[in-house]
Amino acid sequence: MARYIGKRLIYMFITLALIATFTFFLMKILPGSPIASADKLSPEQRAVVEARYGLDQPLPVQYFDYMFGLLQGDLGISINQFKGADVTDVILSRMGPSAQIGFQGMLLGTVLGILFGMVAALRQNTWMDYGSTIVAIIGISIPSFVFASMLQYWLGLKLDLFPVALWKDGFMSSVLPSIALAMFPLATAARFIRTEMIEVLGSDYITLAKAKGASGSEIAFKHAFRNALIPLITVLGPMAVSILTGSLVVEQIFAIPGIGEQFVKSIMVSDFSIIMGTTIFFSVFLIVIILVVDILYGVIDPRIRLSGGKS
Amino acid sequence: MTQNYDKLPQDAFTRIPRDTQEAEKISKPSVSFWQDAWRSLKKNKGAILSLILFGLIVLMSFLGPVISPYEPNDQTITHANLPPKIPVIENLGIMDGVGTLGGRQVDLYEMKNVEQNYWFGTDGLGRDMFSRVWKGTQVSLFIAFVAAAIDMLIGVIYGGISGYFGGRVDDVMQRIVEILTGIPNLVVVILFILIMDPGILAIIIALTITGWTGMSRVVRGQVLKYKSQEFVLAARTLGASDSRIIWKHLMPNVLGVIIINTMFTIPGAIFFEAFLSFIGLGLQAPDASLGTLINDGYKLIQYQPHILLFPAVVLSLIMIAFNLIGDGLRDALDPKMKD
Repeated sequence: MARYIGKRLIYMFITLALIATFTFFLMKILPGSPIASADKLSPEQRAVVEARYGLDQPLPVQYFDYMFGLLQGDLGISINQFKGADVTDVILSRMGPSAQIGFQGMLLGTVLGILFGMVAALRQNTWMDYGSTIVAIIGISIPSFVFASMLQYWLGLKLDLFPVALWKDGFMSSVLPSIALAMFPLATAARFIRTEMIEVLGSDYITLAKAKGASGSEIAFKHAFRNALIPLITVLGPMAVSILTGSLVVEQIFAIPGIGEQFVKSIMVSDFSIIMGTTIFFSVFLIVIILVVDILYGVIDPRIRLSGGKS
Repeated sequence: MTQNYDKLPQDAFTRIPRDTQEAEKISKPSVSFWQDAWRSLKKNKGAILSLILFGLIVLMSFLGPVISPYEPNDQTITHANLPPKIPVIENLGIMDGVGTLGGRQVDLYEMKNVEQNYWFGTDGLGRDMFSRVWKGTQVSLFIAFVAAAIDMLIGVIYGGISGYFGGRVDDVMQRIVEILTGIPNLVVVILFILIMDPGILAIIIALTITGWTGMSRVVRGQVLKYKSQEFVLAARTLGASDSRIIWKHLMPNVLGVIIINTMFTIPGAIFFEAFLSFIGLGLQAPDASLGTLINDGYKLIQYQPHILLFPAVVLSLIMIAFNLIGDGLRDALDPKMKD
């Protein structure tokens, strides 16, 4: 186990180093350095600005400075969007709303998804089963930005139940974005739990539980549900990815001052250091989540062979 | 009744001799793997309906821009922002050209003196949405299919080589894949789009740059599983070359998972293309894909919801159809699922 975690950690660092190296050289290639627009500067002024951003150093020195800064959580300085502000500060200051809608969406999606999946498995081939299957297919198929704009149009604009956009009404503002983000986890969990439950319900120990006279609900919750729940951890990774991808567009649609909205904006105005910083932040977030999920799964279910490689 | 056997006429019965040859005969024609798969796919109503629906969408993506009297990029400013109007359906009270103007419901076609019908309405520049939506569908499908085909090609070759030759080759190749899969897809796609000029080519390259790893893993697993089986050993003993073993003996067995995997790659690619276009990293005007159309429509959602509606519906239908076809194919082709 320790060896497995060690191996995964090494891979994680190689991956992150690759991404960081890649982003560093990308920043060098792409137009839009802090002094690009300042042609009118005198050579002396130019030297001062270059020194401020460390651009007077030779490239290898800049590279190691950058990598060393990364280790300390320094992602560089914003080029044009937040002139001169630290990228790390910008990202940290915007984490709150993103974390809130992401967490709410994840929670809502998984809880509802588990519920739908269980009902579908326990009432197989009834309208409840078909209904939940349809919801699952729609949830997986319809992109979050289409779903988000539909929610915004109907529930926000037409029915006026929730604020249409902006982050002003506290929890109420977070309802629609959370629902939009919840669709994919909901659908994934529902499909997954249904398959697992059906498999578990057919196993011998369920027959035994029935034979000794356990009631239907007791079998469903005490015996079947618990064992169906464990493998759900494996799909937490893809769910987190979907929440993050979704947050880019959903935050944009609902004008939520989060990391995703910030990221899209910096793409529009070509603020490369923010783009790169956010990219690295996203990478760390996703890679750590996937690592944690894999380790967690091995700890909870000892039957899983931890030899790397998903099937 | 049962006692009256004696009264039955003797000649009403003839003895049928048991033919030993007959017992060995195969009564039904033998069913190949693909026939069997097609048979179980046909039973899956959702998959068949999706197949038909998808066929229609593909057909329309080519026919649509042709049968529409307007070019996708032709601007007629006087006809801007018209709601959809379809001759027969308008009698039902929907798509009758009635839109909101200054808070009142009016027939905008009458007001603006427009003789023609725009089936899906027009956008802010007076471009015909019908031909634009189908043209966009064409572009989106093109990107998705090319990306999926490249993913398939690289993935199959890489996974095939890695699995077939094994040993050190496999070790090195798998370490590379492990690192590549560690990089989040979203991050790679966005970074590559930033370097290249936006356009169809950039999107395809960005989608395929790490997209093939999933396919290569699946193919490698399958090749590993089959290459140690007796029929491969037999072929090798008979002197078959590596390429013959790969193409004649392994490929037919791996083809099922390749198809299933591709069927799930395509909706993924369609989604990513639309996603990129939506956040402004996709195609640039005047090129249009479903993603850019949705992006354009979203900006006008409050006043001209029809501009968002049609591309969003087509995109969702394609995604639903593909997921259902993929599910159906998986059930039909995956021998493990068979009961």
